[in-house]
Amino acid sequence: MGFTTSQHAFAAALLDPGSVLPEGVTSARGAADPLRFAVYRNNVFVSLVRALAQRFPVTERLVGEEFFRGMARTYAADRKPASPLMFEYGGDFPDFVASFPPAAGLPYLADVARIEAVWTDAYHAADAPPLGVTALAAIPPDRLAASRLVPHPSAGLVRSAHPAGSIWAGHRDDPVMPPASWVPETVLVVRPEMNVNVHALPAADAAFAAALLAGASLGEASGASSDVSDFDFGAALVGLVTLGAFRAIAMGEPQ
Amino acid sequence: MNRSTLALALAGSLTTALATAVYAAPVTADYMSGKEKCYGVALKGQNDCAAGPGTTCAGTSTMDYQGNAWKAVPAGTCTGMNVDGHMGSLEPKSM
Repeated sequence: MGFTTSQHAFAAALLDPGSVLPEGVTSARGAADPLRFAVYRNNVFVSLVRALAQRFPVTERLVGEEFFRGMARTYAADRKPASPLMFEYGGDFPDFVASFPPAAGLPYLADVARIEAVWTDAYHAADAPPLGVTALAAIPPDRLAASRLVPHPSAGLVRSAHPAGSIWAGHRDDPVMPPASWVPETVLVVRPEMNVNVHALPAADAAFAAALLAGASLGEASGASSDVSDFDFGAALVGLVTLGAFRAIAMGEPQ
Repeated sequence: MNRSTLALALAGSLTTALATAVYAAPVTADYMSGKEKCYGVALKGQNDCAAGPGTTCAGTSTMDYQGNAWKAVPAGTCTGMNVDGHMGSLEPKSM
């Protein structure tokens, strides 16, 4: 049996609790004990569940340790890490939470998990000086609409139909604080310097921020908010830039 | 709104915002201090290093969880929250 075949058989047996010993596995004393392999398999699961618990501490707190462990174990059952960097494990865990039937009674849970996922991404993102507000003043007026802003490497946006940001913030420390009001929140997570900052954006700016971070031009992003009554293009743009959401300007053609 | 009208509107709006923005402060490590009330409610960050999961040798000889036969319901801090004015439903929903 070749090494690759052997490796795949070993990996498959790790994730399948019902499997027997992978072929070719022996111990120093000859035939291997399936129970000893089960210990190894369990260590794999325990470490994956622990990695998720460390990346999603508020999610765990919201549902309790037992529920979280079960949910994480179900997730880990058919998801091996795609990267040797364990802090990247669980990138799609929020999507899994959203589709996990036992958590359906907590519709905000996946969005809280999304905030925690982008928080870790921001924490480990490349360092870059954020775009300053003064740079905005340097854009010629006739090139403004076609210009685009390059998102800061750490910037992540979570648009929630629930007060996910307030829930996240209110359940990180003791005593826990339920959200003051149950309103949709759009949360910007960004690390312009050394610290990860989490901001609840004004509701009127949610579509604008999402469009800009997705690469739309300033004109297009403004158009995406044209039906939002209290949207103010200048204030929203200056606000987002002030928070450090962008790294550079890609100047557009004159119009 | 045609293109030049749009350009004028955007430029005018930006000029107004820039004129009123407090942005003279240099970009330093704490350049957000004193500004966070201006735009976007700052939700306190988690500035410790708990984000990077390490490795662990923990484990027992038995599975601590059987993947497809469990009836757990959320029992954490979520139980104290209202959703849309109602207590959050904690019963798992069948799908």
